[in-house]
Amino acid sequence: MSGLVLCLLERDGDGAAAGSLRALGLARSLAGADGRLSAVVFGPQPEAAAGGGLLAEVAAAGASELCVVSADGLSGYAPLAWARALSQLVAGEQAVAVVAAASDRGGEVLAHLGALAGLPVAANCISVSATGAGSWQLVRQRWAGSVLEDAELEASCALLSVATDALPADEAAADPVAAGAVAVRAFVPALEDADLQVCATESAEQSAGVSLATARVVVGGGRGVGGPEGFAALEELAGLLGGVVGVSRVVTSQGWRPHRQQVGQTGTKISPELYLACGISGAIQHMAGCLTAKHIVVVNTDPDAPIISRAEYAVIGDLNEVIPALVTAIKEAGGTGG
Amino acid sequence: MDILVCVKRVPMVGGKVIVTADGQDVDTRMSGFTVSPHEECAVEEAVQITERSGGSVTVLTLGPPAAADQLREMLALGAHRGVLLETDGREWGPVATAAAIAWAVGELGPTPFPLMLFGNEAADTGGYQVGVRVAHALGRPCVTGIKRLELADDTLRAGREYRGAQEEFEVTLPAVVSVKEGINLPRYPSLPGRLRAKRAEITVLRPQWQAEGLRKVGLRVPVSSTQRAQVLGQGRDAVPELVRVLGEIGVLPSAARSRVGAGGDGAAA
Repeated sequence: MSGLVLCLLERDGDGAAAGSLRALGLARSLAGADGRLSAVVFGPQPEAAAGGGLLAEVAAAGASELCVVSADGLSGYAPLAWARALSQLVAGEQAVAVVAAASDRGGEVLAHLGALAGLPVAANCISVSATGAGSWQLVRQRWAGSVLEDAELEASCALLSVATDALPADEAAADPVAAGAVAVRAFVPALEDADLQVCATESAEQSAGVSLATARVVVGGGRGVGGPEGFAALEELAGLLGGVVGVSRVVTSQGWRPHRQQVGQTGTKISPELYLACGISGAIQHMAGCLTAKHIVVVNTDPDAPIISRAEYAVIGDLNEVIPALVTAIKEAGGTGG
Repeated sequence: MDILVCVKRVPMVGGKVIVTADGQDVDTRMSGFTVSPHEECAVEEAVQITERSGGSVTVLTLGPPAAADQLREMLALGAHRGVLLETDGREWGPVATAAAIAWAVGELGPTPFPLMLFGNEAADTGGYQVGVRVAHALGRPCVTGIKRLELADDTLRAGREYRGAQEEFEVTLPAVVSVKEGINLPRYPSLPGRLRAKRAEITVLRPQWQAEGLRKVGLRVPVSSTQRAQVLGQGRDAVPELVRVLGEIGVLPSAARSRVGAGGDGAAA
């Protein structure tokens, strides 16, 4: 396929967010050898955006252009304004696809773009390939990744969000473009007041401590913990391992722990080195939250619990005995000081 | 305030999901149905708003005749009125669904529903777009992914998390909001609620299906998801083995790691 592919980049500090880089990889393979790939970021300072790690990351991903969008009154995240800008880029250059991370912002902007442009949106794609002009075949996640859907898409421009926890798409060997070869371009969209009506104000306040989404170790607790007081041992273990506690949905719907600790489809998706899941049966909605955990180890009284067939190692037993004994063993081995 | 909440009937899936032989659906012969979790929270939020400041909650779904069950579940939680957009059972895409909802809002009379609530995404198809498309069809502002909602007269303040920080939006009603689980803790249905729900009359409308650009070919369960864990042992006797495995994975604190590494063979024997 040839033609212009646009990819929305969300920023993370000086560079691009991990999910956006994944989206850029899929966009690269979609653009093909003879197609152009333009990475789109939103201002406010075009000069600053083009510097830092962003340009190097965009070049390494094989993009030919970095398009920096800015406009009067557009200072932060404004979903409809972002979608309006993308729709003007699509129309102005006959783009064949717009790709974004299936993040809160990426998914939201694509939904607005779909509504503005009268186009379908395929959310949470893990692979996409063109089958002709204006037609694609794709694989997308349903049930947050527990089920895959093979689908066909027909549209003048494909709007695709890329699953943030999908394994890397079969990348058509992206030839890194030398940093100098990436053209930086400024784009000023024509916005109306209504486009700026919904605009985010972000508080600087970050949540303290290790975040569940990025923790290297997550100690999980489910129904088997038995009640709110049972989490003390899990907290202690998580502390020893430099990790955090995550919980299943039943734990939050019982009110034992706050929802922000929930792992799963309707909670947080985690990607730790170790997920030690204790007293969790393993409903698919929970497992969808730890698809990309490197190692899953389970403590459960039931040898037939569904989670056993999704784990690498299992201890069959009561977590309320096993976990305190594990804490003691780690401390005796000299792990108290971390 | 009169609030419209849109919900979806989805299979109640547990530890395992099975796809039907023709690859077109999730097998529901052994499971019941429920409402997507985000949407149950949307209903709870709407009920709490009307308990505080009056008004009514209309809950709407698009689905087969049996989807009336899910409307009754939501009526039992305190919603006042149920609307079923009845289909013949085939799957409706997000474009057709949004068009049907926008049409139905006009059919339901002059009530403009200053607040319309959706779940952020359906548990099954996960399209992440119906609420936004309805907002566009009705010319209303829209915020999504919301976990905190405050109303003061006709101003709505909504919050969500973005990369560990709080993000705030302010919009003027009428507006469309899609919420996420965690915004509240939905109540359990009361007995009087269940009885009222059982007797409640449900408004049935029949919208027009339309084809759309994204078409399902088939469903499958990813292959990697079935293996069997290696059992390290029973109860607390398994702890030495467990410590060894944690050491191999490389997550033990450094002091413990060196100690376990030195005596590793002995402990494992």
